[in-house]
Amino acid sequence: MPVNRLPIGSFVRTEKTELQEVIDTLKEFGFLTVGPRLIDEAIVYGELEKIEQLPIGYVDEQDGGKYRLHRSKTDSWFDYTVGPESLKKYLFSPRETLFQSHQTDGNWQFEEPELPSRPLAVIGPRACDLNALAIQDRVFLKGAYVDPQYQRRRQDLFVVAVNCQRAAPTCFCHSMGTGPAVRNDFDLALIEMANHFVVEIGSEHGGTVISAAEWAPCTLDQVEDARKTVIDLDTSMKDRDPQTDSVLDLESPRERCLDTSDVHDLLLNNLDHPRWEQVAQSCLSCANCTMVCPTCFCSSVDDVADLSGDHVARERTWDSCFTAEHSYTNTGVVRKQTASRYRQWLTHKLATWQDQFGVSGCVGCGRCIAWCPVGIDLTEEVAAIRGDQP
Amino acid sequence: MTATLSETSAISPWRPQRAEIKAIHQEVPGVATYDLELEQRDGEAEYSFLPGQFNMLYLPGYGESAISVSSNPAERHSLAHTVRVAGNVTQALSRKEPGQQIGIRGPFGTAWPMQQCRGRDIVLACGGIGLAPLRPAIYHLMNHREDYGRVMLLYGSRTAGDLLYSHEYDQWREASIEVEVTVDLGEPDWEGHIGVVPALFYHLRLDGQKTFVMTCGPEIMIRFVIFEALARKVPPEQIFISLERNMSCAMGFCGHCQLGPTFVCKDGPVFNYVQMEPYLNLEDL
Repeated sequence: MPVNRLPIGSFVRTEKTELQEVIDTLKEFGFLTVGPRLIDEAIVYGELEKIEQLPIGYVDEQDGGKYRLHRSKTDSWFDYTVGPESLKKYLFSPRETLFQSHQTDGNWQFEEPELPSRPLAVIGPRACDLNALAIQDRVFLKGAYVDPQYQRRRQDLFVVAVNCQRAAPTCFCHSMGTGPAVRNDFDLALIEMANHFVVEIGSEHGGTVISAAEWAPCTLDQVEDARKTVIDLDTSMKDRDPQTDSVLDLESPRERCLDTSDVHDLLLNNLDHPRWEQVAQSCLSCANCTMVCPTCFCSSVDDVADLSGDHVARERTWDSCFTAEHSYTNTGVVRKQTASRYRQWLTHKLATWQDQFGVSGCVGCGRCIAWCPVGIDLTEEVAAIRGDQP
Repeated sequence: MTATLSETSAISPWRPQRAEIKAIHQEVPGVATYDLELEQRDGEAEYSFLPGQFNMLYLPGYGESAISVSSNPAERHSLAHTVRVAGNVTQALSRKEPGQQIGIRGPFGTAWPMQQCRGRDIVLACGGIGLAPLRPAIYHLMNHREDYGRVMLLYGSRTAGDLLYSHEYDQWREASIEVEVTVDLGEPDWEGHIGVVPALFYHLRLDGQKTFVMTCGPEIMIRFVIFEALARKVPPEQIFISLERNMSCAMGFCGHCQLGPTFVCKDGPVFNYVQMEPYLNLEDL
């Protein structure tokens, strides 16, 4: 373990290629390293061992119901914004065994499963996704019950975050107070400059890992220059005009923002608003929005038995409030209509989440807009209920 | 720097403990009471529950079902659940025999306000299987009868043959509990009330201000019980309801049982009416 550990809160400069040294160091420490990979025409998380595997020089084009990748005009390493996946799948697994039951001679034994042996290091999460991580921590760790599997993966997570310098038109982290600057839950945070990274050290572990790479101290001016790139993005996002409505103008997609003022009461006082029926006319109740959402936490648990019935795994899988089974009780499905399912999702995300967990459930990543097959846009829905739009 | 995952030592809240079925009492068609004995796990406190709380009963290979405890909370060693066959899990349970094992997690959820309503009159209004979650409250009231004023039980079922615990009504009456029973369908030998549970309020002369109402049953019944209680000047904050939603994890993790801002599994199932009033009259919420 290197002795010259860099202090928390300090900044250093590294060549971009030194990210390889960071990855190698993490692997030496026993981490499974994952990061952005170009797979099936989308940038998703996958195992990352070599920096050449990064989608360098790609940029995304996003709008309601639209996600496309293009070659960038620059050779930036992190010019793309968020793809369909977040950190969620690594901590709150899409499918996992909660416990197993074994029967011998009429006696049942209930056993907890083996958990993954390697801690995880993730390269590339943005500010919105780190806020989503903090929100899921509230769900799985900070209530009356602790989810042991989430806890195991979470407590040893190592994060190399990336500050965004570009926003997609679907992004609205500035409205949710979650970005674009990385502020929380990181071990290292990168700001990409033309020929180097400025790296902020966010934890002792981060200081240890970056110390293994070749680094140079950063002057205050250099830190300021780097931070300015993120502040400029923040400023430009806040300049978005909430009245601009050019949904049909494909040349310049509407740049999203969300007026969150009093949104809790706004939605809960409008549970019978006709807009719910209107959005249900196009909503397919397909659950895509909940699958790509980095904070949605609904799950269902099912028994998977072998043929003898003596060995049973209790498996948790992601679920969605857009399915009929989600609200099923003995007297039938509670939320029978698409309108009531969309209302449940949106009011939970933006309103009742605050009652339950003390924060909004939305981080403004815009995934639910881009990955909705019909391009339903929650910022538009809220604006419509607010009466800003016809 | 750690290179392996840290250890967590506590027992997973997902893992059930073993329970043996000691006895099965067939109550009415499709409904049976299962007396369970829990296996004590090392390092865990002895099981105890409050009236109104529920357990997750686990039938390996079938799944879990949220079932209210229906036994006497003062009797630690026999834990009863009265279960109506309604789905896969309860169907599988109905095929079990004494001596066989199931899994159990709990207790979960909020309880009836037995302390808060000391010294007051109490109306218990319930329909069908909704009597089961109130039976521990009845036991509690009988155990501490002198601590409470008038106690009235309003209960209804489809037919006289569907009335739960009917062999116990005389015991309850002996403990100065006024038991008013009604059925939807009166067969020729039925001499009692015919009609819905809320209509039983007409047979009471309530002092609304000093009355607490606890109600459990179909939501439509609950709504009209509330209506009748309010009409008799029972303050809204003295009305308590037990609600049912899809409670599949009981810990607020799975999201299925949400109603408005609440998770019915951990913020309920027993709610104060004032808290839930905005959410009771909206369709499909």
